[in-house]
Amino acid sequence: MRHTVVALVEDRPGVLNRVASLFRRRGFNIESLAVGTTEEAGISRMTIVLDGDEGIVEQVEKQLYKLIDVVKVSDLTREEAVSRELALIKVRCTREQRRDVLDIVQIFRAQAVDVTPNSLIIQVVASGDTLDALVDNLRPFGIREMVRTGRIAMVRGSRSTAVHEHESEQAQRFHLESGRRPEEEELPFVSK
Amino acid sequence: MAKMSGADIVLECLKRLGATTVFGYPGGVVLPLYDRLPAHPEIRHILVRHEQGGGHAADGFARASGRLGVALATSGPGATNLVTAITNAMMDSVPTLFITGNVARNLLGKDGFQEADITGITMPTVKHNYLVMRAQDIAYTFAEAAYIATTGRPGPVHIDIPKDVFIEESEFEWPERVSIRGYRPVTRGNPAQVKRAAALIDAARRPIVFAGHGVILGRAHEELRTFVEKAGVPLLHTLLGLGGMPHDHVLNYGMMGMHGSYWANHAASNADLIIGVGMRMDDRALGRFADMNPTAKVIHIDIDPAEHNKNIIATIPIVGDVKEVLPQLAESIQARSHVEWIRWIDVVKDEHRASMSIPNGDELTTQFVVDRIADAIGHEGIVVTGVGQHQMWAAQFMRISRPHQLITSGGLGTMGFEVPAALGAQVACPDRVVWTICGDGGFQMTFQEIATMVDERLPVKMAIMNNGYLGMVRQWQELIYKDNYVAVAMSQPDFVKIAQAYGIRGILVTEKAQVTDAIAEANAYDGPVILDFRVEAEGNVWPMVPAGAALKETVESSEEIARLLGHAAAPVKAPTR
Repeated sequence: MRHTVVALVEDRPGVLNRVASLFRRRGFNIESLAVGTTEEAGISRMTIVLDGDEGIVEQVEKQLYKLIDVVKVSDLTREEAVSRELALIKVRCTREQRRDVLDIVQIFRAQAVDVTPNSLIIQVVASGDTLDALVDNLRPFGIREMVRTGRIAMVRGSRSTAVHEHESEQAQRFHLESGRRPEEEELPFVSK
Repeated sequence: MAKMSGADIVLECLKRLGATTVFGYPGGVVLPLYDRLPAHPEIRHILVRHEQGGGHAADGFARASGRLGVALATSGPGATNLVTAITNAMMDSVPTLFITGNVARNLLGKDGFQEADITGITMPTVKHNYLVMRAQDIAYTFAEAAYIATTGRPGPVHIDIPKDVFIEESEFEWPERVSIRGYRPVTRGNPAQVKRAAALIDAARRPIVFAGHGVILGRAHEELRTFVEKAGVPLLHTLLGLGGMPHDHVLNYGMMGMHGSYWANHAASNADLIIGVGMRMDDRALGRFADMNPTAKVIHIDIDPAEHNKNIIATIPIVGDVKEVLPQLAESIQARSHVEWIRWIDVVKDEHRASMSIPNGDELTTQFVVDRIADAIGHEGIVVTGVGQHQMWAAQFMRISRPHQLITSGGLGTMGFEVPAALGAQVACPDRVVWTICGDGGFQMTFQEIATMVDERLPVKMAIMNNGYLGMVRQWQELIYKDNYVAVAMSQPDFVKIAQAYGIRGILVTEKAQVTDAIAEANAYDGPVILDFRVEAEGNVWPMVPAGAALKETVESSEEIARLLGHAAAPVKAPTR
C-alpha cells in the first residue's frame, strides 16, 4: 500500500542526508520525496511517499523519530488530506496539433506556460492520479521532457500537524546556525 | 567575558561534563587542542597506539563505569580508524563521545591533506553527530551531545571540529540546560499499557523474562529483581544482559540464544508469555523469528519505540525506561509463583545439563580456564572478552553476577575489542581486577595497546585462549561447511616473548594442572600479564542454534546438527519441542 508520511525536520545541514541514509540502510522504498520550508522558521517539511505494508510504515515512522533532527512525523494515509503534485511537461506539438493539446490542458485545468512552433510547456497542479491521466493523454503527441515535484499533502479541516513547540532563543539560534559555513568574508588561514 | 580559544572551550566543556578521561591520538589538525592540554591538568589524556584502540577503550570505560566515555582523534585516517569503535558503541548502545579534528574550514570539501568527510561517514552509525563551524557553537554542541549520548537509549555522539575552530576565539558560555524538540525520550510507562501488561502477567501460566542490556544501562538491576521475585517469573538473559540478575539467583536460568543453554532456549520457546525487558529481540538471542514462539503473548519494554514490532510483534509494547517501568509493573501485579512451570524447566535442565558443562578430560579447555578465572576473581572482578568461541564460553561459565562485570561486543561482534576495552575498563575501575579473555585471532588485531597499559600502569590480565584457529569460524566450517577448513588455521607468535618485548609478565600454560597457579601468579603480579593458554584445538561450543534455525531446534552435538541441516544420510527428525 502507498503511504504519505510527513516529517517536520530541523532545517540544518545534513538533515536530508540523514533521512535519505536512513531509508537506504533500512531498505525502505521511497517513491517520492518533497522538501520545503514551513510557517515556522527553522522547520522544513518533508513529504515522503512510500510503498509498504503497515509494519514497514510503522518502522519508517519510528526510525524517523530516532533521528534527533526529526521533530514530528505524521502518517496522512488514512487522513482526509489534500494532496498535490506540480508538474512541468514539455510536449511535442505542431501548430496543427496545438488546439487538440490545449483542449486536453483545459480539461485537466492545467496551463500552457511556454509555446514555440513545435513545442508547448504545460504546467499542472493536481493529485498524482490526475497527473498520471494527463500524462497518458499527452503521450501520443510525444513528451520531450517532464519534471514532477513529488507529492505534498496537508490534512483537511482546522486541525494542524505543525510543530507547536517553540525553542528557546539560544536553542533556536544554535539549531539554525550550527554546522553552517560562517558567512564572514574571510576565514582564518585563507590562502591568498 | 574573557574570550577563549576553541581548544580551551573544548577542554572546559569536558570538565563541565565530568568527562575528564580522554583516550586520544594526536595529529596535525588537533595540535591546537593538544597544545592546550597542559593548561588543563584535570583532563587525563591517555595516549593509545591506534585510534580504534582509543575508541574501544572509551567504550570499555563507559561500560565498566556507566559514565560517558570519550575518544579523540585527528582528521582523515585518525577519524576513519574510529569508525569500527563508533559502530560498536552504537550497536551496543554505549554512551560515548567521539571527537575528531578536521581540516580548516576553508579547505573542507577540497580534498586537502588528511581530509575525510567523517560526519558523512559516521552518520548512519551514530546516535547523532555534529560538524562545529564556529568556536561560539562548541559549548552548546558539547552540552547537547553529552545529553543525547547519555539519555534515552544511550549511544555514540560524534563531534567533528575543523582545525581553525580550535584556534578561533569566542566567549565561553555553558548552557544552563539543553532542549531539543526532536528528542524527548519517554521514561515512564503509559499507565494503560502497564495495566494491560499486568493483567497478562497475572493470567500467564508459563511466563518468562528476557532481560537485556537495558537493565544494566538503565541501572535497573534492583528493580528487575524486585519485579521478577514478586511475579515469580523465571528469567533468561541475552548476552549483553548477563549481570542484570545474580548468576545464582533461583529464578535465573542463564543465557538464551545461539549458544544459550538448551533449557533456556526451550523455556523461551514454550512460554505462554514473554516479557522482554530492555532488549531488542535480536536474531542471535531469538533465532528464527517466525518460529521463536509464535503462540506466546509478548510484553516488550524498551526505551526505544523503534525496537517494538521490529523483529517480534509485541502484544503490549511499553515505551519507557526499565528503571521506571519495572516498579510500575511490580506494583500492578499479584505476587505469584509458577511451581509447575519452573519444575518443567528444571527437569529439562537436569536432562540437558551435560551439553553445557566443563569437559572432564585431561586436555586443557577454554571452559576449564574460564571456570578457574571465575573462581579466582569472583564477581568483583571485571571480565572483558573478544568475539568468538571464547566469548561464548566466557558467557556460559564466568558466572556473571553483577552489572558492568562482563564487557563484550555483542551487536557488532568486533574481534579486537577485548584488549583496548579492558584497558578502558581498568582506567575506569582502578581498584578492580580486570581480566580479558581473548582469542588468539582477536588478540593479534589490537594488542599494540599493551604499550598503553605499560605507560599508564594498567595491570590488565590478558588470557589468550590459544587454539591456533579462528575457533568460531572453524566450528562453522566443521559443522555447517562439512569440514572444509579455509583460511582458518593460524600460526601464532610466541606470546610469552611478546610479553617480554613489552616488559610485562608472560606465562605459558599447557596443562590443566598449571592453570590455578598461573592465574594466581598473574593476579599477584602488579602489572599487565599475558597468559598463553594452549587449549584444545578443535573444541566446539555447545549447545548451538545454527544461524537461521529456531531456538527450539537447539542442538547439542555434531550428529544432531548434521541431522538438522540434512548433511548425513539419516532422515531429518522433526525437532522435538
